Amino acid sequence: MLIKRPDPIRPSEITPRDVYVRRRELMKAAGAAALGTLLPPPAHAEGRFAGARKSAYSTDERAASLKEITTYNNFYEFGTDKESPSEYAKRLKTSPWTLAVEGEVRRPRTYGVEDLLRFPLEERIYRLRCVEGWSLVIPWTGFELKNLIEQVQPTGKAKFVEFVTAYQPDNMPGVRLRILDWPYVEGLRMDEAMHPLTLLAVGLYGDILPNQNGAPVRLVVPWKYGFKSGKSLVRIRFVENQPKTAWEKAVPSEYGFYSNVNPDVPHPRWSQATEKRLGEGRFLPRIIKTQIFNGYGDQVARLYAGMDLKRYF
Amino acid sequence: MPQASSAAIGARDSSGRRPLARLSPAAVSWIKAIVFALALVPLGRLVAGVFLRSLGTNPVEAIIRSLGTWTLVFLCLTLAVTPLRKLTGWHWLLRLRRMLGLYAFFYAVLHFTSYVWLDQGLDLVAILHDIPKRPFITVGFTCLMLLVPLAATSTDAMVRRLGAARWRVLHRLVYVVAVGGVVHFWWLVKRDVTEPAIYAVVVATLLGYRLVSALRSRG
Repeated sequence: MLIKRPDPIRPSEITPRDVYVRRRELMKAAGAAALGTLLPPPAHAEGRFAGARKSAYSTDERAASLKEITTYNNFYEFGTDKESPSEYAKRLKTSPWTLAVEGEVRRPRTYGVEDLLRFPLEERIYRLRCVEGWSLVIPWTGFELKNLIEQVQPTGKAKFVEFVTAYQPDNMPGVRLRILDWPYVEGLRMDEAMHPLTLLAVGLYGDILPNQNGAPVRLVVPWKYGFKSGKSLVRIRFVENQPKTAWEKAVPSEYGFYSNVNPDVPHPRWSQATEKRLGEGRFLPRIIKTQIFNGYGDQVARLYAGMDLKRYF
Repeated sequence: MPQASSAAIGARDSSGRRPLARLSPAAVSWIKAIVFALALVPLGRLVAGVFLRSLGTNPVEAIIRSLGTWTLVFLCLTLAVTPLRKLTGWHWLLRLRRMLGLYAFFYAVLHFTSYVWLDQGLDLVAILHDIPKRPFITVGFTCLMLLVPLAATSTDAMVRRLGAARWRVLHRLVYVVAVGGVVHFWWLVKRDVTEPAIYAVVVATLLGYRLVSALRSRG
């Protein structure tokens, strides 16, 4: 029993070979770039989205490696431990894929992945802060959700946006456990959804989004805890009333609708005052102070002016 | 004479006919040495993992989780000694119990140390705030505190000083610690309680065995 316990992580088994091989090029490119510039490591020359515009919203902090970002995921549909998604998410069927945009809109529309790729794509290097007290810096490729919202023209009744993610019971070993009310649902207030920081991501490190990170299209809301950023979206619905999110339904006392990163509002199990910045540090991650709105306060604090953030957590 | 319960009872009064029931003192010493070395393997793997950077994206979580898991495993192993001994007649198993219990304490201390140091960065104010405020940490910390007197009274000399009867009552605290350890794990996980449930079943079985045999011997 003592000696047979398997390694928790077997990189060669859980990283797709092409990703694994490409990573070396990536590291080389990043190393070369680091010599001449203080800019964050650029994606790389050969990826599908290599030409994507760099964004002024990007942080200049050092991004975690592709391997770190793709082998440590919360994607409960593929299992509750962090390594399971990288192992099982290859079963997710991502083609054909459509994203239905509906509800209180004048021009409801169903987008194919190719339609989404026609939006103005940018590389956005964002901090991602998980409610569990760790964070990663991630180079996404995507476009502002605002662009899509403008196309479908919400009506005056559209006060909130509901995001519904993929539910493929045959391909998702994790949904057999009824730990959440599948499909996973998230939501934003209309002004949050329209905020220029709110991204629909289709890529990671300049290439197609790996399944475990939410292929083919996911939400990224960098000032909120990671679980707000729904993966593998199939439906975006504009609604009048505040949607009930999956975590709110599961544990309403622990997860609120807003879930803005806030060091002063502790979660019952995590203080939230600090975080482990993964992908940095020689051997062990650095412990850093968590910033209000994950450091995006200058851009988003006005959305919550006058709001009691302890009550609306 | 109320003698030490841990070491002395062992091989002497064994009446088993099965081949493993009677082992020479030398064989028992060898087994102890092997178990001692094996019990250090989980720690060795973690230390190596840090330097080889093979603990994944979040090594701190991997370390704390693993040390907590091994604390529970050693608690279960310690609690398994008596039932196994009675079921198999291998009385020498008792000679391993103290070591297994001390390893549970050892991994519990490392588990707590890694929380204090690697997770909280030695921020004592935050830690003192955390312990009473987060129920799973309150329970975990209480269990660690309960293990301290057990570890401190684990020597033969302490058994003699306390007297076997009192020593035995005191060491029943380990039942509380095992239950608390499972609760600590259960309250920590977000939604999927599969793993803590497995430990709950094991601990319930080991404690249930004692309850049943106590009721039988009484009635």
